[in-house]
Amino acid sequence: MRNAARKVYIALIFIFLYAPIVTLMVLSFNASKTRAKWGGFTLKWYSSLFQNRDIMEALVNTLLIAVISSLAATVIGTIACVAMSGMKRRTRSVLLGVTNIPMLNADIVTGISLMLLFISFGFRFGFGTILLSHITFNIPYVILSVMPRMKQLNPSTYEAALDLGASHMTAFFKVIFPDLLPGILSGFLMAFTMSLDDFIITHFTKGAGVDTLSTKIYTEVKKGIKPEMYALSTIIFVTVLLLLILVNTAPGGKNDNKDNKEQ
Amino acid sequence: MKNKTTRAAILTLSCLLTSMAALTGCGASGGGSNGEVIVYNWGEYIDPETIEMFEKETGIKVVYDEFETNETMFPKVESGAASYDVVCPSDYMISKMIAADMLAELNFDNMPNAKANIGAQYYEQSRGFDPDNKYSVPYCWGTVGILYNQTMVEEPITNWAQLWDEKYADNILMQDSVRDAFMVAEKLNGFSMNTVDPDELAVARDSLIEQKPLVQAYVIDQVRDKMIGGEAAIGVIYSGEAIYTQRENPDLVYVIPEEGTNIWIDSWVILKDAPNKENAEKFIDFMCRGDIAVKNFEYITYSTPNDAARELIEDEDIRNSEIAFPDLSQYDNLEVFVYLGEEGDALYNEMWKEVKSN
Repeated sequence: MRNAARKVYIALIFIFLYAPIVTLMVLSFNASKTRAKWGGFTLKWYSSLFQNRDIMEALVNTLLIAVISSLAATVIGTIACVAMSGMKRRTRSVLLGVTNIPMLNADIVTGISLMLLFISFGFRFGFGTILLSHITFNIPYVILSVMPRMKQLNPSTYEAALDLGASHMTAFFKVIFPDLLPGILSGFLMAFTMSLDDFIITHFTKGAGVDTLSTKIYTEVKKGIKPEMYALSTIIFVTVLLLLILVNTAPGGKNDNKDNKEQ
Repeated sequence: MKNKTTRAAILTLSCLLTSMAALTGCGASGGGSNGEVIVYNWGEYIDPETIEMFEKETGIKVVYDEFETNETMFPKVESGAASYDVVCPSDYMISKMIAADMLAELNFDNMPNAKANIGAQYYEQSRGFDPDNKYSVPYCWGTVGILYNQTMVEEPITNWAQLWDEKYADNILMQDSVRDAFMVAEKLNGFSMNTVDPDELAVARDSLIEQKPLVQAYVIDQVRDKMIGGEAAIGVIYSGEAIYTQRENPDLVYVIPEEGTNIWIDSWVILKDAPNKENAEKFIDFMCRGDIAVKNFEYITYSTPNDAARELIEDEDIRNSEIAFPDLSQYDNLEVFVYLGEEGDALYNEMWKEVKSN
């Protein structure tokens, strides 16, 4: 009885999470443009997707901004963590609090204030301003995931490396960096995701002729979202799904359980 | 532990790789030999081919940007964040922009197509928001009317009053926007849709509150799909959507209600501080050419005010369609929306809140 209830509960959760995505995927194969009618199975939205210059450009912009901004934010964020760990406890917690504010802040506030900042400095709005603002809002996420690892480090290992004749740089890259790596990578991934699905900040800081996927989709609201977007979303979803399956099964999948237990 | 790192590393790598793969396909086009023009238009509101044709013929590069509502367009243009040349706002927004001194006077001598091809009646209607026809060139227009499903009503729908008929309880779709909803109630009571008289507005508000129990939903663009799918019998809809929905579901009929309705016009305007005014005029004029306008009409399916383009429409049914091209001289109770000023807007919003929260 309890078991059955448990299964129903899990099933419900999965339905709520995935029913919208499945609907979208089904509609991407619908020959009719309206969701109200099934016009037969088709792949035409997929082929017209790749011929649509605007959507492809938006996709390229989205990925380019996500990659560059998360890389830059990772570098800046990591350096900030190293610096902060050398600070006094009080200064550090004040600084950490300050870096956390943009995360708690509403996106629209961040977006508008960045826009005003760019205007007052006479920036030309475009790709550059989007990139700068994405780097800005990505940094706190990197700090958030690197800082805990920083705190776990044993300071003696670094000092030992120095005692054994390593320079500060070598000691950092040989001793500290490898220990930080998991935090840095998850910070990068987090920043990448955040940048990928940001709409509001991009909306306020973008200039004429530059669109990311999210702003592109939003402009289609008046005339109805085109089925090509369903197709693109389906492709992205399937790619991510495959990637996750691959990552979780391929390299030493057998050891996974053991690893988890050890942790 | 270690495994987790490699896993994350693989994820990271694949993120990078897929991005790189996508990037190899991108080739940027260089600036035009004759400068550029920066256009800010509604989403999906132009046939992309016409932009390419313009670039090829004139050597002017088009930087094209899109907005989704008048209200999101206005602050972006006003703040000067991005300097645009040509914008395509709706009627009431144009009067607001004129009031804010944001628009440049047009020189129609540089735009022979705009002078010759756009029907005189559309310039006449434009006087509602642009009294001297100095600032705007109509691009798309339409009416707001009732779309109903023949199989679901007992008699033909001809007037707004039928949206208050209890027979159709839970079968009515209203527009979820202040001005459109109040327009219906104001026309029902015989007022102007631009009234700011608090007493008249109170009557309109009470009508809307009275109607509310009968309304299935206040919708925006869902009205298309809901009507096609037969989920409601009667819906308030823009004429531009009517042709598309009828194509998908032949039972649907569109009417302009007897009490009169809103006629809306989206027009090209040039901003006062536009960096490329001459190119902007060339762009607008190009869009007014018959062969170009007909391409855009077929892409957007909203009515075109371009008489030369209408002649070129091949499908006779559409060319003579009462929905796409109603004879405006038949009606004397059509109105365009006008900007009501900040106080007027506030009053409407206040009343609308009372309707929605009642």
